Amino acid sequence: MEVIEKIIDKNGFVFAFLVVGLMMYSSNWFSKKLTNNKIPGAAIAIFLGLVLAYFGGKKGISDIPIFAGMAFLGGSMMRDFAIVSTAMGASFSEIKKAGFVGILALFIGIIFTFFVGGSIGYVMGYTDAKSFTTIGAGACTFIVGPITGSAIGANSDVIAISIAIGVIKSIIVTICTPLIAKSISLDNPKTAMIFGGIIGTTSGVAAGLAATDPKLVPYGALTATFYTGLGCLLCPSVLYFITNYLL
Amino acid sequence: MKIYGVAILAACFLAGQTIGEFLGVWLSFDGNIGGVGFAMLFLIILGDWMKKKGFLNDESEQGIFYWSAMYIPVVIAMSSIQNVKVALSGGWVALLVGIIGTGLSLTLVPLLAKMGK
Repeated sequence: MEVIEKIIDKNGFVFAFLVVGLMMYSSNWFSKKLTNNKIPGAAIAIFLGLVLAYFGGKKGISDIPIFAGMAFLGGSMMRDFAIVSTAMGASFSEIKKAGFVGILALFIGIIFTFFVGGSIGYVMGYTDAKSFTTIGAGACTFIVGPITGSAIGANSDVIAISIAIGVIKSIIVTICTPLIAKSISLDNPKTAMIFGGIIGTTSGVAAGLAATDPKLVPYGALTATFYTGLGCLLCPSVLYFITNYLL
Repeated sequence: MKIYGVAILAACFLAGQTIGEFLGVWLSFDGNIGGVGFAMLFLIILGDWMKKKGFLNDESEQGIFYWSAMYIPVVIAMSSIQNVKVALSGGWVALLVGIIGTGLSLTLVPLLAKMGK
């Protein structure tokens, strides 16, 4: 046992490939045998990842030493590298076609989500401008929330809630996208770009689209990656000022 | 050579990250603003241009496609390293904002798609 632990400890990154491969395999099996392919294997595997994370700590499963390699495989460098690669094969003429609506979707998506999120928080007792802003930003993504919260000096418990909101959003988007794709006519590059622009949570959008139709991933991911940047730009500045003025 | 494709991807990635980082400093925000987005734009433009010029053959492209096929596995690993306990113990606010906020945003998608037509 000690020898095995030592080997895994030394080769954590390689072990992570094996773990994710097994997760993917069992999820695909589950999807096929038990859901008749209705819930895509990728969505089940990501959900399984979140379940595993529950057994870990602050950094999910990677807090358990033998799973430390997961932190590298799923870390920001690999995530960003892999997501950039999905742009290969995207056609520029399609992006141009969706250009204006795509940008409009980004602004509407962030501003709308911000105020819906903030207002629900307000009704539930988080009535000061800083909490409103942080919770609203968390409704955008789990990256925009904490960045905004710490930028404007919100309480740490509110920041934690904003991360939680973003994680829940990401889970909902991942699992629901393939299920509702038809009803929101998410079957073409243009709608995928609008979807990415309005929803924004990059991991959720990319995972949800991958489960719906892998060809749509680059289009949704392209607008979605700008969402976080734009969200981090708008939430702690313009939207915070507006909130301050209104409350 | 597959490594050529991977190298092109790496170059676009680093160029995008650099711009994002500079934007963050310039706008005095803690973090990288749109670095990934810029990198994707570079890859689309550079990839398109290199293919037209014949600098990028199918073999090299495979190096890039390998990484896009690894995207979902990376996302699975990413989900397993989140602080899920906090997400669950963050209370009803987190749950309600997450569900209602996301649900309402989703209804905007077909609306905007219609506007685009």
